[in-house]
Amino acid sequence: MSQHRVWVYGDNVNTDIIFPGKYTYTLKTPEDIAAHALEDLDPAFATNVQVGDIIVAGENWGCGSSREQAVTCLRYNDVPIIIAASFSGLYFRNCVNQGVHPIICPELHRFLQTGDIITIDDAHTTLTLPNGRIFPIAPLSPSVRAIFDAGGLLPMLQTRFQPTE
Amino acid sequence: MSGMTFAEKALARAAGLSHARAGDVLDVRPDLIFSHDNTAAIRRIFLEIGAPRIAHPERVAVTLDHAAPAPTTMHAQNHAEVRQWVQEQNIAHFFDVGRGICHQVISEEALILPGETIMGSDSHTTHFGWLGAFGMAVGRTEMAALWATGEIWVRVPEAIRITLNGAPPPGVTAKDIALHILGRWGSSGAAYRSVEFAGDTISHLSVDERPVIPNMMAEFGAQNAYLSPDETVLNYIQARTTRPYTPLYPDADAVYSESWKVDITTLEPQIACPHNPANVVPLREVMGRPIQQAFLGTCTNGRYEDLAAAAEVLRGQQIRARLLIIPASSKVLLKATQSGVLQTLIEAGAAIGTPGCGPCMGNHMGIPAIGEVTISTANRNFRGRMGTAEAEIYLANPYVVAASAIAGYITTPEEFLP
Repeated sequence: MSQHRVWVYGDNVNTDIIFPGKYTYTLKTPEDIAAHALEDLDPAFATNVQVGDIIVAGENWGCGSSREQAVTCLRYNDVPIIIAASFSGLYFRNCVNQGVHPIICPELHRFLQTGDIITIDDAHTTLTLPNGRIFPIAPLSPSVRAIFDAGGLLPMLQTRFQPTE
Repeated sequence: MSGMTFAEKALARAAGLSHARAGDVLDVRPDLIFSHDNTAAIRRIFLEIGAPRIAHPERVAVTLDHAAPAPTTMHAQNHAEVRQWVQEQNIAHFFDVGRGICHQVISEEALILPGETIMGSDSHTTHFGWLGAFGMAVGRTEMAALWATGEIWVRVPEAIRITLNGAPPPGVTAKDIALHILGRWGSSGAAYRSVEFAGDTISHLSVDERPVIPNMMAEFGAQNAYLSPDETVLNYIQARTTRPYTPLYPDADAVYSESWKVDITTLEPQIACPHNPANVVPLREVMGRPIQQAFLGTCTNGRYEDLAAAAEVLRGQQIRARLLIIPASSKVLLKATQSGVLQTLIEAGAAIGTPGCGPCMGNHMGIPAIGEVTISTANRNFRGRMGTAEAEIYLANPYVVAASAIAGYITTPEEFLP
């Protein structure tokens, strides 16, 4: 079991407010990218986020650009899981490839407020609200699971191209 | 057994299979992969993978368009890194500063043909549906993986069919059709499905107009979009390449998760209000709102006919709001120079920029001041998109953008057209 503090956001949060386009060619280090996460949505986030915190959002989280920094800016803040009512398809792919677990849970954001704590079992099959209510977590498809289990697309390819003896 | 959608046929072909169904996860080998200014960042991921070289450099294209010409030393260093990498890896198709925007240049060079599959590390890769190709965006790590292996996993998407009926009324363009769809079904309307267009409206759209629709389906959450390639498209290809190809058309009994119809004959000009491309209303509802900047350009609406449309409105007029015009490619700029369109635009007071993405995503060349309002032909108006969070962006067709530049407020072109 792991416990996670949540940051709750609404519908249609786009990649430009998760990570502004003006930084995409200028910020390169994990620390710099992390420091600007959600800057135009919630200026309190980057300064107050703690290891293991997770995002809980409404419909169409991550719509817009293909930029991976919209995922890595959260990963670099040690956000291991993003839960949304639905994801943009591209953002979902980027999450898997970065080893951040995207969980689709249609109503969850209506039951939580920023600062609440939820509990997730080790196999990521259920999540439990502060009031004890339990939500099931849908399993990932096998090929997506394989990437996620390897820690992301990059570690999976590293294993393929740089096999250890 | 029922027939196949375009997406099922195209991804089966790209995976070397005769058949595919929505929901299948396939290893797909695209015919072309491309990246832009983000090539340097992708290179750093590629080096971490440890692959010896790009597997198929003949299938790789790179453009410098997003911050071009380089606005800062940091951007210039990024470009320099890209140029060196292109040379080292023998990347077959490289387009340097000034040639234009990736989607436009790759179309003009006929590097992707009907029925083929293209993947780009740019969300508007849905653009290539205008040619009847499967165009899909990928992230940077995925592009590095594609460089290393030439293939990537794709889940075959479910498909939606949108039938567009009738000829657009005067003053109504492909942009208005795309905005109307976004407004009607919302920014996640496609829910990562293949958006496959049918209907006779397509035959009324020129090769300059058609890309607008699949391009803007990125704002609809589409995995890809598709227009049936007709004679207009096949002629466009024939004029540019002799490379063989086989167009793909969905079967009559293909299975669609939704089938929607839009009557284009009654459509009026549309406009997207801040801060979402799906926040769409009829133009008449917001006429009179003051603007400080008008921007004509981008992969959505920076082609020759867009410039010519603006020139039609601007002929003999003087602008009150500043007007930035950035052609989508050098070929667009050249044609506008030869036809006299460029002269009309400059005489009306427009500022002309280097072909490329311009201020679309806030890198350079027209970032608005705090509190300013821009009317733009681009595809996105998210808060902060053009580099300033405390600014507003409206999205409209080229006639409306030109007319609004003259008036200094959002207005219809009717009062300025002969």
